[in-house]
Amino acid sequence: MKHRTFFWFILPSLAAMFFFIALPIVSVAVQSLFVEHEQIMTEVENCGPFKCETVLQVDNEATAALREEAPLGRFNGLGTYTNRKHLAFEQVGVAWNETETFGEFMSELINLPFYKALFFTLTYTAVVTPFVIFLGLGVALAVNTLPRAIKGPTIFVSLLPMIVTPLIGALILFWMVDADGIIGATLQKIFNDPNLSLKASTPLTWMMLIVYGIWSSTPFSFIVFYAGLQTVPKETLEAAKIDGASRWQSIRYVVVPYMMPLVVFITLMQLMDNFRVFEPIISFSASAKATSLSWIIFNDLRGGDIQLFGSAGATSILTILGVAILLTPVLIRTWRDFNQKRA
Amino acid sequence: MSTSVADRRSKGLIWFTTSFVVLWIFIAAGPFLWTLWGSFKVQPDFFSKTDWRNALYGVMTTVQTGSAFTGDGYYGAWVEQEFWRNTINTGIVVFFTVVISLTLGTLGGYALARSGFRYAFWLLMAGLVFRAMPHITLVSGYLLPFFEWNVWGKLSTTIIVLVAINQPFTLWMLHSFFLNIPKDMDESAMVDGCTRFQAFRYVIIPVMWPGVITTGLFSFLLAYNDFAVTAVLLSSENQTMVPRINSFLGTVRETGDVMFAVAAVVSAMIPLFFLVLFFQRQIVSGLTAGAVKG
Amino acid sequence: MTLMKSFAAGAVAALMATAAYAECEISSGNVNVLANDFPALKAITGTAAECASGGATISANHNKDFRNITVQALTPNPAEYTSVIVANSSIVPLLNEGLLRPLDDLVAKHGQDIPKNQLITIDGKIMAIAFMANAQHLFLRQDVLDQVGKPAPASWEEVVETAQAIKDAGIMDHPFAFLSMSDWNLGEEFVNMYLGHGGEFFKPGTAEPAINNEQGIATLNMLKELVALSNPDFLTYNTATVVPIWKSGDIAIAQLWGSSGGELLSGEGAEEGVAENTVLVGAPTVAGGSTPASSLWWDGFTIAKNISDEDAEATFLAMMHGTSEKMVTANNDAAVWLMESYVPGPAAAGVAATASAGAEPYPMLPYMGLLHQAVFEELPDFLQGNESAEKTLADIEAAYTAAAKEAGYL
Repeated sequence: MKHRTFFWFILPSLAAMFFFIALPIVSVAVQSLFVEHEQIMTEVENCGPFKCETVLQVDNEATAALREEAPLGRFNGLGTYTNRKHLAFEQVGVAWNETETFGEFMSELINLPFYKALFFTLTYTAVVTPFVIFLGLGVALAVNTLPRAIKGPTIFVSLLPMIVTPLIGALILFWMVDADGIIGATLQKIFNDPNLSLKASTPLTWMMLIVYGIWSSTPFSFIVFYAGLQTVPKETLEAAKIDGASRWQSIRYVVVPYMMPLVVFITLMQLMDNFRVFEPIISFSASAKATSLSWIIFNDLRGGDIQLFGSAGATSILTILGVAILLTPVLIRTWRDFNQKRA
Repeated sequence: MSTSVADRRSKGLIWFTTSFVVLWIFIAAGPFLWTLWGSFKVQPDFFSKTDWRNALYGVMTTVQTGSAFTGDGYYGAWVEQEFWRNTINTGIVVFFTVVISLTLGTLGGYALARSGFRYAFWLLMAGLVFRAMPHITLVSGYLLPFFEWNVWGKLSTTIIVLVAINQPFTLWMLHSFFLNIPKDMDESAMVDGCTRFQAFRYVIIPVMWPGVITTGLFSFLLAYNDFAVTAVLLSSENQTMVPRINSFLGTVRETGDVMFAVAAVVSAMIPLFFLVLFFQRQIVSGLTAGAVKG
Repeated sequence: MTLMKSFAAGAVAALMATAAYAECEISSGNVNVLANDFPALKAITGTAAECASGGATISANHNKDFRNITVQALTPNPAEYTSVIVANSSIVPLLNEGLLRPLDDLVAKHGQDIPKNQLITIDGKIMAIAFMANAQHLFLRQDVLDQVGKPAPASWEEVVETAQAIKDAGIMDHPFAFLSMSDWNLGEEFVNMYLGHGGEFFKPGTAEPAINNEQGIATLNMLKELVALSNPDFLTYNTATVVPIWKSGDIAIAQLWGSSGGELLSGEGAEEGVAENTVLVGAPTVAGGSTPASSLWWDGFTIAKNISDEDAEATFLAMMHGTSEKMVTANNDAAVWLMESYVPGPAAAGVAATASAGAEPYPMLPYMGLLHQAVFEELPDFLQGNESAEKTLADIEAAYTAAAKEAGYL
């Protein structure tokens, strides 16, 4: 295709992405290098319905003058990236020097918000992604063997966890796993422990989040795999059968290799989505036990009354870098495929 | 015979797959049946602290309303709180998001699939990076300019933002569909004297529907379920369903009307039921045509 | 009750809209109010909308996440909203950015009847008009207290003792609850308890934190004693969780917002005998102090700076009508109003007792929000027994310092 034609075809899509994603990413990256101006404060008397008191307030005129001079704030370089809320070089160094064993160092590290979040985010991604792929493939293979008449409704039911908004799906489950809810109470009976609470223990909360993650993402991989199964050539399967392959062998050596491109696609999307895990932490009120990078961003922007844009921007850029690192192996593969196709 | 090996095993296998599917259906649908049933109860039953079985029998519901089932949640959400307004807003947002996303996506995806130059690959990669950006940061960045330009709170603004955020996924998916449509088709049309656009219009468009419909379904779900964007960019009269349901859940200092939220959630799922049933075949055939060899 | 509550507010608003009398007419101007999403505020904006009969346009946006957009919404000129209904914490970002209009002229012209205690003045300038109050205070189950033969606790030490007695008597496993969800809620519990200990949050005259001290440690230890008597799920407890538990009769002592009082006293959806025995008392003191361990909150309206004088005047008139005697009479029990026409009902008893016992207002400092946030980020580690009080306090100070440096306060 000519460059010119290509340009016109891609222009609308590119323009939308440029203005609403690329430009904001650049501005976020720039913003994350700056911190706010020094706030000039004066002592004033505040009176309200309850009493009067002398407090510090921001001197708006003086601060406005500073802002006029340099609208972005004070340049801080990578200072925000290395402070305690992010990579915390200083604190990590201190922890490294002052701790005796690796275990102690790790517990100091996990005490820092960024590493704590990274630890959960990576665990979540590493567990959920393979489970989603295997479970999705399993369900797709099983559904594919069903009689025609019940296939349709089964597919529909299988998609349910995906089509309901995560905010609400997780909320309902949260009530069900309450110690007095149906799942929570049943678990208490099964384990014969009246004090068992999924919400109170850290490992159980992690498990709950991970199970929810698998539950809500499996339909996506299921539907993609199921579609893929329809295209496996019948002749190849027949030939495998004639050669004496068992059902398991024909799945292992015929079906799975045929579906590799799909596995790549799902892995790509799942790694990315799981690395940005966020909704379940809010819906399950799990932030005391499990935080993620996206939760940190949320907390900087929405947690309190003051929004920390620089800090949220730094975490966002680190998230993008994290995703890029995770995806590298998959991308190298795609690059090779792409070059083969050109050849 | 070797076939009989497979056949002999298939009895055990059938038993195994059937029980696996039944278990899966139970896991996938259980919470929704529970919610559907519970939406006809009162809050002290559905979220009972006394005994979860109350949600099944409706003990408090009987005490409060005289019958084991009540439509109070639905009445409250739809009549008192005028949830239908939010339904209309969602309808508008979803319709335009899907249509615009697909229009831009098919053009771009087609170009990426046919280009063959290296920059096409790098554009796809850039799309992935764009997709990695957490939405909440993007949305917070939009706020000030949108207020400055006086476009905040409007449905059209939200639609454009949703389209843009959704473009990387749409491009990736459609690009892989177009890769599977043989190059010869449009190239032979061009040999016959068509321009590139005419070839696209008369040769490609007629055969691309399965892929487009599947991609459209994912766009639909994204726009329908979105909370991060709609919660921040819409004023209350333009709110869509999901942020509205969230507002039923109360604030820091007040309890909300949780049963309104439950009823609204069940209501919001009904269109999705029909949609998925209706397009079920297309989802499957669409993906078949594309992503496999992508 | 929740159903009734919102229904009542909606019905009242509808009634008023249809029966728009000529008592408030604004002939021109644009009024657009941004506010949180709960019935009392809807009653105000609903009443204010009556003034539209003269030709002005009056609209309101109720959003429970309103504070996320206030600064950006008021920055452009003209601003998107002419008025924002704020509380002592959410007014702070607007003051920091200088986006609010001093109301002295408007008060002098149209609001001379406003009692002095409703005026929020900063450096001598009126920046907001408060109309309602709120505070966390104790809710008690009289029947359970009688069973163990204890009086209503007046201090947190007595709360611990009483709750322990209830637990030991085998009446309840987890007799106590407060709003300890690991978000803003938990920060508020720390602030309350620290204020009760008479602690200072910052070194005088600076934004430097000063909570790593005796009072800080005492505060943390008291919180830990309390969570031991609460359900192990305590880190997920907010108003929406605790209120239904109270109704089911599973807790006997709780520290909740005063605004939950009306709902809990009405008894809708509650088990038999719960509402009748629910008693509202003031927040307790702690460690022999005299001020209650709670903070006082007000809600009030402000007017944006970046709008025309005409719109500002129209907004002021509309909001004056929205907070008028008529609104208070029609919605007397929807909140603890500050207006003189308010007749305090039983639901207001707890807030009134807390305020008259001399509780401190929530600190209206530019950097308080950052400390509040640092507290709830780091406190769960201590409450779950993962680290010592000193370490947690040091972590809080470190987290606050990092944020305050970025925001330019240090």
